[in-house]
Amino acid sequence: MSEKPVISASGLSLVFATHDGPVHALSNINLDIHEGEFVSLIGPSGCGKTTLLRVIADLEQPTAGTITVNGMTPHQARERRAYGYVFQQAALFPWRTIAANVGLPLEVMGLDKAEAQRRVKENIALVNLAGFEKKHPWQLSGGMQQRASIARALAVEPAMLLMDEPFGALDEIVRDHLNEQLLKLWAKTKKTVVFVTHSIPEAVFLSTRIVVMSPRPGRIHEIIDCNLGADRPLEIRETLEFQRIAQQVRDGLRAGHSYDD
Amino acid sequence: MRIAPNWQALTALVLIAAALAGLPFTAAPGAVLALLILWLLALAALAALIAPATSGLVATFGVLSHAAVFLLLASLAGAEGTARPSFYAALAAAWLLGWRLVTVLSGDGRRGSTGPGWGLGLVIPALFGLWILILWEAVVRGAGIPFVLLPPPSAIGHKIMASLPILAADFHQTVLKAVLFGFVVGSLAGFLTALLADRYRFLARGLLPIGNMVSALPIIGIAPIMVIWFGFDWPSKAAVVIVMTFFPMLVNTLEGLRASGAMERDLMRTYAASHWQSLFMLRLPAAMPFIFNGLKINSTLAMIGAIVAEFFGTPIVGMGFRISTEVGRMNLDMVWAEIALAAVVGSLFYGVLALIERITTHWHPSYRR
Repeated sequence: MSEKPVISASGLSLVFATHDGPVHALSNINLDIHEGEFVSLIGPSGCGKTTLLRVIADLEQPTAGTITVNGMTPHQARERRAYGYVFQQAALFPWRTIAANVGLPLEVMGLDKAEAQRRVKENIALVNLAGFEKKHPWQLSGGMQQRASIARALAVEPAMLLMDEPFGALDEIVRDHLNEQLLKLWAKTKKTVVFVTHSIPEAVFLSTRIVVMSPRPGRIHEIIDCNLGADRPLEIRETLEFQRIAQQVRDGLRAGHSYDD
Repeated sequence: MRIAPNWQALTALVLIAAALAGLPFTAAPGAVLALLILWLLALAALAALIAPATSGLVATFGVLSHAAVFLLLASLAGAEGTARPSFYAALAAAWLLGWRLVTVLSGDGRRGSTGPGWGLGLVIPALFGLWILILWEAVVRGAGIPFVLLPPPSAIGHKIMASLPILAADFHQTVLKAVLFGFVVGSLAGFLTALLADRYRFLARGLLPIGNMVSALPIIGIAPIMVIWFGFDWPSKAAVVIVMTFFPMLVNTLEGLRASGAMERDLMRTYAASHWQSLFMLRLPAAMPFIFNGLKINSTLAMIGAIVAEFFGTPIVGMGFRISTEVGRMNLDMVWAEIALAAVVGSLFYGVLALIERITTHWHPSYRR
């Protein structure tokens, strides 16, 4: 961990001005994320985990502090398509087929047709959607739609994936399955992943580090190392080591959150 | 084969009996024809009582009842205005059988029927329209309603056939020149202005209130002014159409450009897409249902605008010109002929747009299959 971090935030704050006065969405965030890490941001709603991800993606502007992505400002990084972003919903365009949806960022980038076709085919296969290229989004299940949106993010071939509760809207069985697939994908592609979730098992199962956040103002409460090894079957969730880390995350969430309101 | 009583056929039989008791139909002689009509109707009513209703049976009672009603209309010749109650009883019997026919064709009362197919989807509304014409014809001629108040459809039909060259010239002048030109230019200008107003917010802020004001302008007021500006011929009518169609298109397109979701727009931002890229790849496709809404509204506005504008000075051709002069000459059949032409053209115009919409926005939830 001696090399330069991919994402580096120091003293980062973001205050939204609303009619009811300022809302401190982020307060004094200090966080370094290194290449190849899988970092989960976990916390209750309102803790600023999604806002932090959006600041990294240059979808929100911080009001104080500094942040660099690949040593650049988030704006420059976005202009260079440094990351792929996966939203809470698949956000596929209903007028495009699955293949055309996955190829959307490549069209924006102006990639030549043959290369774009190769990437579309490859990434659709990677998320196990081969054979569904010509379908329209509404003809697919929610889990398949979200897989297509992951393929779309991967088609950019970014070094970094930013994922905002990508499986939050799916049922638990589909979610387990996609977690397993995502882990395999991460092991295969060696990408840096920043993953927002409010599920403790999901965070522990996937991450190398878990950032526990707490609300009002949104801040980092604790950072927990969590390395269960490269090969993690779903059953690892029954082991004592898994339970111990999950308990640690739960304690951190409880300590950071005052339940008296 | 068995008897399946249904109220339309049974009531028709009662009406046929009543008509037989109350003969003759009109003041004109024609007992043989009247008996033939009632006999045909009785046969049709009996056929409508048989179950199961095979397609052969349905065709038989459909053809018989409609043949009877056309003979009934023919029996009015030379005896207009003298129809007696028995005439209306026979008419009502035929109408009930027509009702029964549509009921059977629509598959009413059949469990799990999946709606009419493509051919029946056309036959059923055609029968509805036909019956409006039949009842109109029978009542107007049977009761002898004055021609000026309401001509019978047959007279309007004759007038249409006899004045095809005039109608063609009016269609050419009003629709092909004023309506089409005005519609295309007005809609296109509204659309392009919407794209600019979406890019430069001050345009939207300044234009929309003015747009609402212009939409509220009475066409009666602007048409004479356009005639003064652009002359008597079609350009002044096209100008009226442009004024009428510009703002509905502007407002609908702007509304549509706001229809794409925040998440989708963020997605385009993460790709560092330019304004025009996200416009063409995301926001315009998402706006298509709104744009077609504007086009469909404009198709009717364009027809109304061009026809009304011709009331305020025009060369001696055009649908609006014809209506305004023929009313003055009490030639109501010509006025109705122009109205029929306008109705057909307007429906086709709207229908073509609706068809294009279905093809281009096949992804929209209301059209998904």
